[in-house]
Amino acid sequence: MVLAMHAPDGFLEPPVAGATALLAMAILGFALRSSTNSYDDRSIPLAGVSAAFVFAAQMVNFPVAAGTTGHLMGGALAAILLGPRMGAIVVAIVVAVQALLFADGGLTALGYNTINMAIVPAFGGWAAFRGFQRLFPRSRTGVTGAASLASGVSVVLGAMAFSLQWLFGASSPVAFDTVFGAVVGVHILIGIGEGLITGLVVAAVLTTRPDVVAGAADLNPSELGSGRHVTARTFAIAGTLVALTVAMVLSQFSAGSPDGLERVAETEGLSSQAEPHPLAGSIFADYATQGIANETASLAIAGASGAILTLVVGWGIADGPRRWAARTTS
Amino acid sequence: MSPHHGFTHIHLHVHGTSAVHRLVPEAKLAGLLAFVLVVALTPRTWVLAFVGYLLIAIGVATLAGLRVPLMLRRLTAIIPFLLFALLLPFFSGPPTADLGPLEMSREGLWSAWNIVAKATLGAAASIVLTATTPIPDVLTGLSRLRVPAVLVGIVAFMFRYLDLIMDDLSRMRRAMAARAYEPRRPWQLGPTAASLGALFARTFERGERIHRAMVARGFEGSMPMLDSSKVGTTRDWVSAMTPALLAAVSATGGGWT
Amino acid sequence: MTAGATVSVRDLEFSYPGGNSVLTGINLDIDRGERVAILGPNGSGKTTFALQLNGLLRHQRGTVTVDDVLLTDDTLRSLRQQVGLVFQDPNDQLFMHSVRDDVAFGPANLGLDSGEIEERVNAALLAVDASKIADIAPHHLSGGEKRRSAIATALAMEPKVLVLDEPTSGLDPVGRHELADLLVSLPQTQLIVTHDLPFALATCPRALILDGGTICADLATDRLLRDPDLLATHRLALPFGYRAPDNS
Repeated sequence: MVLAMHAPDGFLEPPVAGATALLAMAILGFALRSSTNSYDDRSIPLAGVSAAFVFAAQMVNFPVAAGTTGHLMGGALAAILLGPRMGAIVVAIVVAVQALLFADGGLTALGYNTINMAIVPAFGGWAAFRGFQRLFPRSRTGVTGAASLASGVSVVLGAMAFSLQWLFGASSPVAFDTVFGAVVGVHILIGIGEGLITGLVVAAVLTTRPDVVAGAADLNPSELGSGRHVTARTFAIAGTLVALTVAMVLSQFSAGSPDGLERVAETEGLSSQAEPHPLAGSIFADYATQGIANETASLAIAGASGAILTLVVGWGIADGPRRWAARTTS
Repeated sequence: MSPHHGFTHIHLHVHGTSAVHRLVPEAKLAGLLAFVLVVALTPRTWVLAFVGYLLIAIGVATLAGLRVPLMLRRLTAIIPFLLFALLLPFFSGPPTADLGPLEMSREGLWSAWNIVAKATLGAAASIVLTATTPIPDVLTGLSRLRVPAVLVGIVAFMFRYLDLIMDDLSRMRRAMAARAYEPRRPWQLGPTAASLGALFARTFERGERIHRAMVARGFEGSMPMLDSSKVGTTRDWVSAMTPALLAAVSATGGGWT
Repeated sequence: MTAGATVSVRDLEFSYPGGNSVLTGINLDIDRGERVAILGPNGSGKTTFALQLNGLLRHQRGTVTVDDVLLTDDTLRSLRQQVGLVFQDPNDQLFMHSVRDDVAFGPANLGLDSGEIEERVNAALLAVDASKIADIAPHHLSGGEKRRSAIATALAMEPKVLVLDEPTSGLDPVGRHELADLLVSLPQTQLIVTHDLPFALATCPRALILDGGTICADLATDRLLRDPDLLATHRLALPFGYRAPDNS
């Protein structure tokens, strides 16, 4: 169910398509104006070849499990390598080109596709990266570890954003909590792969050209030189542990999860379908008709997701331009 | 996911001299957007309108000399969504009908129709544009439609260097395969990721060298306007907007019935 | 096409940020229209030096003077027009979607009107014999065609000096001959960074050896090719089976 990405025309209703298009344009417009100032005129060729890199990287087959292959999404990777604003622009351009020229994603769906595949992963991933960096030592390993976790989180954030858009603009009667559980659940798995791959790629770049990694810009040369060599096996083990923890926490919220939600519903006295429902008149009413007992939980999930997204992505957008551009002048 | 795996050189443009090929790109882009907007905004119950849209799309594709196998091949990106749509009548909405042992819902059927119709028409329309418009012309069209020059510049560089970067990537993969390295387990994806990291470093360096070459020839931050191709005539614009206009007519007709 | 200019460098020093001192004191004088080969082992700073001459890299000490105009922040712009650089990888220099657009890029940045731009483009393409390939996309060109087109992009600026960094890389033997003929036909002062010694002999009467950050030798190219000790000291070697032609 990677249906949260590259959605075609008509997948979400026009009001949501329109609103997300405006939001995406506003955010990217802001990013464009500020990033071209701070990176000076190197931006255009650099962003161009980076966009080509992201495009090519997304086509690489990575072995995931039991013969299946996965692909890199690259939003957080772009942000960690290029900085959040240029990263968001670069991936947004890839998404737009895929829609316009490769029929991969609808033109009227560009608003939410850009938000879910570029804006949220890049800015949200960057914010998560800066957050995780504080848990790690200031070294190459630290940058790699933070990058890994952040990119995994970025994928889940994108899935959350899609679910919220579904809440307001679904074109089919699948309940929000079902969509949230399924899409976010699948993307947790995808996020593990993304985290693993991103970490390894960042580690490789740090070995040869640490000065081109925006996320490592505030490390001094001695810090950059330190850090143990991390193998892919370590990553796999670490990633699995992280995933299990996350899965356990989130499993309480997935649709169809037996005890948690229903117990809440019963105690709150919401389990009777016969009673006039307090939310019946709200915009959620159409979608809450499936499993009315879960409506409070749905609202809570939606509210929490919205809050998390706004905070994390907002922080990423607001995070000022780095002084790293000066370091890469040769 | 993306349907274009395995291509080292991306060939999107299909040669031709049809009326569609010869239209100025900015008119085609605008026409495409207008058509897709009409389609996306149409309520799903106006079925006849969609029949009209399909006829328009087939008409333009035929005029452009595009053959069915090509169109079908390029439509593969929407297949996951078509499959999702097909499942909808059975798995969502209150059941209202039976199809053998399975129950279907009216709501689900309408949703499925909505997705299938709009996804297919939207994708088909952009396929027609891409097949009849070479990339440099698409870029010219975008800049004439006032897309910011920085963005157009970035896309231009992306396409110019895409082949080189993908060749680089293929070469690395072949070198690994030549040493019998075919990663199948997650912990074996180290070298693949490492080569991607090396590719980024090289890509970044190329970006710096290109910038130097630009500065050496007087670049000071803004791309010069090198637009020498012909400007669109009123006739071009009318032709390009015709599909959208016909679609609007179709919509009105479909809405009435 | 314009004629050459004199190039003078005095006590040029350059280090990269992060400390590596690459050029420790370069002195040279080149006459109008002269062609000089810059030779030296790998990593000796030949490319770094080439990038000093039009200010893409800025020296920390010393001076660069072209036709008695000192390279400073104020003269940077005009000097970039006077000194044309041809980079080692023509792909870096051909970044537009057609050769014609690439050749027009420079004149367009100079603010010329479209008529003048067209004239310059046609003249530059003619000079390198690339008029027939002007409307082809760079990825479809051969190595030699790319190299000639790259030179045309520099010529369109009407420079008085040409600096070429390893111009024979990626060329087959015939391509190298054609390139040598082309360069000899151009009136500009030329500095040719190369490790292709026969090519240097074919194009440049004078050779400088750059090693250890400074110019170690400055002599006639044919004398250099007949001095195996000097060649060996600076890790230069003639191709297999090649014997330098005798004094004519």
